[in-house]
Amino acid sequence: MAEELKLFRTWSSVFALRIVWALKIKGVEYETIFEDLSNKSPSLLQYNPVHKKVPVLVHNGKPIAESLVILEYIDETWRETPLLPEDPYERAMARFWAKFGDDKVLTSIVWGVFFKEGKEQEEAMLEAMEHLQFLEDELKGKRFFGGERIGFVDLALGWLANMISIFEEVAGLKMVDEDKFPLLAAWMQEFADSPIIKDNWPPRDKMIAKFQALRDAKLAAAASK
Amino acid sequence: MGDEIILLDFWPSMFGMRVRLALAEKGLKYEYKEEDLRNKSPLLLEMNPVHKQIPVLIHNGKPICESLIIVQYIDEVWHDKSPLLRSDPYQRAQARFWADYVDKKLYGLGRKVWSTKGEEQETAKKEFIECLQLLEGELGEKPYFGGEKIGFVDVALVTFSCWFYAYESFGNFSIEAECPKLIAWTKRCKEKESVSSSLEDPHKVHGFVMGMRKRFDHTCPMALSCE
Repeated sequence: MAEELKLFRTWSSVFALRIVWALKIKGVEYETIFEDLSNKSPSLLQYNPVHKKVPVLVHNGKPIAESLVILEYIDETWRETPLLPEDPYERAMARFWAKFGDDKVLTSIVWGVFFKEGKEQEEAMLEAMEHLQFLEDELKGKRFFGGERIGFVDLALGWLANMISIFEEVAGLKMVDEDKFPLLAAWMQEFADSPIIKDNWPPRDKMIAKFQALRDAKLAAAASK
Repeated sequence: MGDEIILLDFWPSMFGMRVRLALAEKGLKYEYKEEDLRNKSPLLLEMNPVHKQIPVLIHNGKPICESLIIVQYIDEVWHDKSPLLRSDPYQRAQARFWADYVDKKLYGLGRKVWSTKGEEQETAKKEFIECLQLLEGELGEKPYFGGEKIGFVDVALVTFSCWFYAYESFGNFSIEAECPKLIAWTKRCKEKESVSSSLEDPHKVHGFVMGMRKRFDHTCPMALSCE
């Protein structure tokens, strides 16, 4: 039976990029459907009625939503070049760090630092720095979070490798200082330059414009309260 | 094989209960250590330095944190008995999706139900019921979310059921009236020894919540690590 694989994504979603990277690592062919989230297609609403978000992977007509769930599905379906380790303890650790990335790192950097200013931003920055220190410590003795090659945690945290410099430029402050976080800074560079990864970043100028607009809107909304 | 299993937990935590339930399903012996979350033990801080939260499973000295991650770990290590996740990747993905949905929605909404008033509470109640009804739809006609036997989503969700009495009491509504199939499912689950022995008495939980409501700031010591 010919495999039918579709990925619903947007041009800018870093969550969808995780899936692009994973499918590239696995060497799997698929069709891309770009969504406009201000005008969601009937297909997207049909395939992800609960959250109505991207990414959604549709494999032979069956949809899977939530990027980390999709990554595990991909890893279990196409078993070459595994993303998760074999050992159950190492797998638990990988899941832990991926979740930490989404629950804490992303939240503090995006919602705490990037979308705020003044005192609120300063406080969020302290929290973000604590979170980044945990990642720095986790990289000790490793080239990637996955060890010698890119794995589940690298894909989950990969947004840092591109988005941090965009956030730094738009918000006008340094978030990942190479002196404070040498391992993390090195990983960001190595990840961003990896052959699988580097051709897939969204256009930088478009991202700068998008996130400038988002930050302006958030700050304006906060100021008008 | 001498497995040393320790669970750091807090008795009313529906997240800790998930781990107790998974361990019971697998027939595993373990040492239960009650944590005082307002005075966390050095062991907890050492074993979960990132979140400083329960539950933490310590297996032969190595800690695993985050309840659903712990449940998956238990399922993978002791895979021969009572598997909680099916072997088919698509069914596993669906189970992970719904367990993630429970985590994203139910705790936060439930907390608003018992700790807020007026319009905020009414909105929370409405959304809370909508979530349960969506889960009811996912259950469908199956006896359990896992099919013929309890599975990952059952473990993720059933532990909230001992909080329902508290939610209903402080929210002034009936979950059974709105979600009869879901309540029927909770009763079916509780017929299993592993479930009934892992859930706390709803009246005890109600007393605990009442104590929290009396605190001026309504702080809940068992805040989700993602809050």
